Amino acid sequence: MLDVEKIRADFPILSVEAYPGVPLVYLDSAASSQKPEVVLAAMDAYYRQINANVHRGIHRLSEDATNAYEAARLKIARFINAPDESQIIYVRNATEGFNLVAYSWGRQNIQAGDEILLTEMEHHANLVPWQMLAEEKGAVVRYIPFLADGTLDLSRLDGLLTERTKLFSFTAVSNVFGTINPVRQLVDAGHAVGAVVMVDAAQAVPHTAVDVQAWDCDFMTFSGHKMCGPTGIGILYGKRRLLESMPPFMGGGDMIRRVTLEGSTWNDLPWKFEAGTPSIAEGIGLGTAVDYLAGIGMDNIHAHEQFITHYALEALSEIKGITLYGPPASQRAGVATFTIQGIHPHDISEVVDKDGIAIRAGHHCAMPLHLRLNVSATARASFYLHTTTQEIDKLVASLNRTRKLFRL
Amino acid sequence: MDIYREQIIDLHEHPLNFGELETADFCHEDDNPLCGDIIRIAINLDDSGRVYQVGWTGSGCAISQAAASLLTETIKGMSLTDIQTFPPERLLDLIGVPLSQARRKCALLPLKVLQAGVSGAVSTDE
Repeated sequence: MLDVEKIRADFPILSVEAYPGVPLVYLDSAASSQKPEVVLAAMDAYYRQINANVHRGIHRLSEDATNAYEAARLKIARFINAPDESQIIYVRNATEGFNLVAYSWGRQNIQAGDEILLTEMEHHANLVPWQMLAEEKGAVVRYIPFLADGTLDLSRLDGLLTERTKLFSFTAVSNVFGTINPVRQLVDAGHAVGAVVMVDAAQAVPHTAVDVQAWDCDFMTFSGHKMCGPTGIGILYGKRRLLESMPPFMGGGDMIRRVTLEGSTWNDLPWKFEAGTPSIAEGIGLGTAVDYLAGIGMDNIHAHEQFITHYALEALSEIKGITLYGPPASQRAGVATFTIQGIHPHDISEVVDKDGIAIRAGHHCAMPLHLRLNVSATARASFYLHTTTQEIDKLVASLNRTRKLFRL
Repeated sequence: MDIYREQIIDLHEHPLNFGELETADFCHEDDNPLCGDIIRIAINLDDSGRVYQVGWTGSGCAISQAAASLLTETIKGMSLTDIQTFPPERLLDLIGVPLSQARRKCALLPLKVLQAGVSGAVSTDE
């Protein structure tokens, strides 16, 4: 088990008051996680001690900055068990990871009549880039529906995956239901029809041990800011033969081998996809976040979130008029999404905020999912390594107070 | 400072002018995709072109619902020009509670719907 009190002391913001005299209860880690002191210190140290551009200078600072930035890439590669750090491409976030693949691989490989298979539980980041690509190329986007319990309807898989399916992209963990999807099974099914398979790991990498080689996915992407790292940095992982065959995403400095007025040749992986001065402090920050999480142990973090999720689902289910969405706790990550009869989720979020409790209200960047549920919005509490049962108790008490305020 | 003062909750329980009109001189509907709030406002004018009947329907948070009640109550007797020039601040004053930027959008949705409806009606007349 985790020593949660010790972990909480690692996060400076957790001792900040939401309002005077009201401690912060942060239950919105699925939107963006808080940052431990070590990550803040690493980024601060970069700016104070080794700030310089990377891959350019001959001077000591540039050398140190480059080494720190590239050392972070190696740590991240090991964290997700990538075969080689050259397959770890720095992007801004998972959204950029999807866009990079859609623009670079997609424009080269998707043709009119081809099919792209997604699921109805995807985040907009794993919907919109493919819809734009399909629109441009005359391709067709299909979706695997989900069942009432928030799990994918796998009985539809055989019918939806055909030899026309060129790309299959799905989330490892739903950001609304918390559903943990059977990644390897889905990857194998995609490969069986010859599709390239991409995994949205934005809600997986922060919370569980991820092994891209065990998944056997062709592409995978995630964001740094949801895993104790800073904003502005994320990762795209890809299989080498695919990354090598793809044209660059953006042109500029750092991504070239040689530039003449007649044309240019491209740099090696991963830099071919990293045009311009990158987010250096953020890369270093993410490397430190990976060290931090690995030091605690992803299995320990997952076990703690399982414990909290069981506790939360049971406690929340006692609230009158509540509807909880998603599968049983044993099949989901640390997310509890709900509605309360007679109170709009924005009103719920606003009232509990006054008790210092931060939860998300809205469509969580998954409008098609909400349309399928036939609700315009939901409220979502999400948990991380620092979440306590006392915080869940506060949430439940505050939700009961909200019902009273609304005279329910 | 609680934005859910008694009046807001009262209006949430018992909205004013809520319901469809059997016939309407014009009606308009729009939503706030961010939160899924949706509001439809229908209006009948008297011979002098002033609002004498107004009904609204829709769903959303307590703030947008309260704003729809307060706004529809206030515009009775107004001309279309009065509605077109109705200042957003006046609606925020009617609501009378401090709102964050995000919740201002909820509060102003009914006015946005109403003014878009009036613009549509005016341009059809021309």
